[in-house]
Amino acid sequence: MNMTDAQLHAKTQRRRNKDKINQLIFLASTSIGIIVLMILIIDILIDGIHFLRPELFTNFPSRLPSRAGLVSALIGSIYMLLILAPLSFIIGVGAAIYLVEYAKKGPVSNFIQVCISTLAGIPSIVYGILGLTIFVQLLNLGNSLLAGIFTMTLLVLPVIIVSSQEAIKAVPAARRDASFALGATKWQTVQNAVLPSAIPGILTGVILSVSRAIGETAPLVVIGAATFVPFLPANLLDQFTVLPLQIYNWIGLPRIEFQQLAASGIIVLLVLLVVMNITAVVIRNKYQKNI
Amino acid sequence: MSATTSNALIQIKDVDLFYTQFHALKKVNVDIAQNSVMAFIGPSGCGKSTLLRTINRMNDRIEGCRVEGLVSIAGNDIYSKDVSVEMLRKKVGMVFQQPNPFPKSIYDNIAYGPRAHGITKKSILDEIVEESLRNAVLWDEVKDYLKRSAFGLSGGQQQRLCIARALAVNPDILLMDESTAALDPISTIKVEELVRELKNKYTIVMVTHNMQQAARVADQTAFFLNGEIIEVNDTNVIFSNPRDSRTEDYISGRFG
Repeated sequence: MNMTDAQLHAKTQRRRNKDKINQLIFLASTSIGIIVLMILIIDILIDGIHFLRPELFTNFPSRLPSRAGLVSALIGSIYMLLILAPLSFIIGVGAAIYLVEYAKKGPVSNFIQVCISTLAGIPSIVYGILGLTIFVQLLNLGNSLLAGIFTMTLLVLPVIIVSSQEAIKAVPAARRDASFALGATKWQTVQNAVLPSAIPGILTGVILSVSRAIGETAPLVVIGAATFVPFLPANLLDQFTVLPLQIYNWIGLPRIEFQQLAASGIIVLLVLLVVMNITAVVIRNKYQKNI
Repeated sequence: MSATTSNALIQIKDVDLFYTQFHALKKVNVDIAQNSVMAFIGPSGCGKSTLLRTINRMNDRIEGCRVEGLVSIAGNDIYSKDVSVEMLRKKVGMVFQQPNPFPKSIYDNIAYGPRAHGITKKSILDEIVEESLRNAVLWDEVKDYLKRSAFGLSGGQQQRLCIARALAVNPDILLMDESTAALDPISTIKVEELVRELKNKYTIVMVTHNMQQAARVADQTAFFLNGEIIEVNDTNVIFSNPRDSRTEDYISGRFG
């Protein structure tokens, strides 16, 4: 049975319309995210711009909004970022390399795999309880910066491991074959043939999960991190606070000025996250250029 | 079977190979003489590549793969416990079906093997890179672009780069697993010419689906069917006067 040209034309037109409608749906989906983000940023800017002044970055928290700042929280967050990122990278990528390249496939590795995926889905507050038990009490670290960093490391590890595994698995088998066929050892192969191709994907996972951790509050509340810290942590065993905790604290206070301080704190946190993401993208591009 | 056993560099004796339950090679026997080209032909899934990969133990990487029988190179059992797989693969290079350069520069691709074996001095690496590229007849085409990505080369150039990369660790044997299957006819001819050239220095074992290629390049040819070697002989005998009717059916295109 042959279709007439007119029928064919009508059919094509219908397909085209479908295409257009889908395009609109996808555009709408994208717009929702962007619009919400814009509203959030504008709202926060209106509230927070007032307190976005140099004193915010030099003063410690205070009972008086006019003298309050977030220097201890900002420094606390930066310390945490500087230690958390390399620590979780090394442990997470190490575990991923082991699981993909070295571990024998079998019931044991399947079980580990299920455990890691499950851990990735556990609410962050549970990690707080774990950190409280292990680091604060058992290892006697108290509510110190180190206990907070270790707790956050536990929190981000499952996601980093899973995403790094995916990145490593995505490297074509032919690259490994080429390396092994030249007489390279497993580590040489991983180091020179697998990781250079996997690093961009690994970094994406590390950045996303560390960003997440820098914005986390709940686990730190559970391990008893202080919210009123009128000093800079002198060492890793000192008490500490971080930006989200400071924001959380300010939001809980009744005076309107503290709400505005919280908004300016959120701006600082957002800027920190953006700076971090840009740094990571620069590193990633540097690696990708070599390929 | 070749009568000149004493001359054989590679000896494969009563080799059985299993992938878990699947019996992929059945009591395979073949000798490969030094400085010769041996071609493995036969239909898909008959065990040619599997046997090729036992010669540099690439099958070790497949879980559930078990080899029985003797595979020896220059009289040494390569499956004995004290053999280092890394040293074996340095002596037995391999070129794959698809060109598989690393996402690195041409120079770094060639230097990859020597570096893995501990050579770090730039002057020595420079020398190896030039010599390997000359041996693979690629030097004149790429000598001004050594720092450029290997991915910028054409498919045929990439495959010759992979040959050069294999030669850079100074092997005795070169295994070629359908190494021209992904190439255009002109590039294929170039690789074949190269193989004829290389056999002066190396012993070459190639798997091919292209029977004309076996006829053009190989000194000896082995015909595989369902995990067995049906016939192995001088290439001209295999193609002009095969002893087994199945060999004749295959080379005359009646199946496969």
